[in-house]
Amino acid sequence: MSAIAERVKQIIVEKLGVEESEVTQEANFQNDLGADSLDTVELIMEFEKEFNLSIPDDQAENIGTVGQAVAYLEENVK
Amino acid sequence: MSFKRVVITGMGALTPIGNDVSTYWKNLVAGVSGAAPITRFDAEKFRTKFACEVKGLDINDYIPRQEARKMDPFTQYAVIASDEAMKDAGFGEGTIDLDKAGVIWGSGIGGLKTFEDEVLNFAANNMSPRFNPFFIPKMIADSASGVVSIRHGFRGPTFITVSACASATNALIDAYNYIRLGMMNVCISGGSEAAVTCAGVGGFNALKALSERNDSPETASRPYDKDRDGFVLGEGGAAIILEEYEHAKARGAKIYAEMVGAGMSSDAYHITAPHPEGLGAYNVIKNVVESAGINPEQIDYINTHGTSTPLGDPQELKAIEQYFGAHAPKINISSTKSMTGHLLGGAGAIEAAACIMAIQDQIVPPTINHFTADPSINPELNLTFNKAQKRQVNYALSNTFGFGGHNASVIFKKLES
Repeated sequence: MSAIAERVKQIIVEKLGVEESEVTQEANFQNDLGADSLDTVELIMEFEKEFNLSIPDDQAENIGTVGQAVAYLEENVK
Repeated sequence: MSFKRVVITGMGALTPIGNDVSTYWKNLVAGVSGAAPITRFDAEKFRTKFACEVKGLDINDYIPRQEARKMDPFTQYAVIASDEAMKDAGFGEGTIDLDKAGVIWGSGIGGLKTFEDEVLNFAANNMSPRFNPFFIPKMIADSASGVVSIRHGFRGPTFITVSACASATNALIDAYNYIRLGMMNVCISGGSEAAVTCAGVGGFNALKALSERNDSPETASRPYDKDRDGFVLGEGGAAIILEEYEHAKARGAKIYAEMVGAGMSSDAYHITAPHPEGLGAYNVIKNVVESAGINPEQIDYINTHGTSTPLGDPQELKAIEQYFGAHAPKINISSTKSMTGHLLGGAGAIEAAACIMAIQDQIVPPTINHFTADPSINPELNLTFNKAQKRQVNYALSNTFGFGGHNASVIFKKLES
């Protein structure tokens, strides 16, 4: 697992109060991890803060699973 | 149409002197002060460095961390007190029509800490707007009633009353009236406040409203004492379950007392100072006694607003003397704010609980910290100084007065068995 993926996992565990084992690549924030739409907005903000970048709204809309978040961040974090 | 009767069937409390009703009441009767140096923030630069904080509370013992972090402390207090009250009321499965169950809560300010944190964060980040999506739903004052209604599935009227330090009393009055009208059968009412924050203490300091007795926090709240120098900020709240009498009887509920009176008035005078002749206080006492349909001579106990401010304390007593006349010295009067500090929008709730327990146990909690008589106060009045007094308590009256000139009072009655 990449360093980015590890940090993403920790943020999700912290914010959504789920077990590490639930945070799989395929897990969907809303369908699998119990997040509502506001939780998802907050998660995106936490990613922005942690990785010091700005995720445009149209990109954020495409981040619904753990894997999508990790892929986006691995591509965009400098 | 005839009005329905309203009784109290459950209570919960989270206060500076006890995190449940029985501890709160035991310490009220024992005369324990809840004041201590502020721990919620670094108060070193503040004129007042102490407050009556809720102590020894681990929120996660009551609310899962993921839920708790989406609530301002004033909402967490509402949830914890309401859970205790609901458990105490002991509603069995299917004994409540959830569509006729409400949550009418009081808070003077709402999510002050949340507001502060978000704005400080905004300022610290170069004023670039990165507000948390939970900011608004956490901060708005109605979130306490919303969260509690969701928690218990109550789908009737749910809202917040805001009238500064009279807020919780206004909540009780609204709950009482809606049940009397048949619009609800059951209501979680009460109020909570969590204003021991930088802005809360700094703001009240700027008004010169707070005691600055930093060398002796536990004796700072001294209503009716000659040397009182302001109120002591408190936090916490209480939940009171109001239930329609026949509804309570039908399910064999334990009944603490009956709520029989609700009075309101306004000073229409000044945004913070009380009316110099105590006009609003006089009117609210008159209104509440008349609404109960009793004689003034039937009142046994008055839990006063009595915040320990130089101006406010004597005016309320003058109004009591003026209204009750020769009966005034026969009433037990006490300000339990001498122990709890001033919970602002939560005050009316914890003081209603004190009145209800006084009826239950037939004992009046004291006004502690009395050292020196104030020559402007009639020494014939029984202010229940320093020690609780056993007596017959059939009717207890609770006064609350809020900035803005809002006055609200309620009367509870011992239910004849």
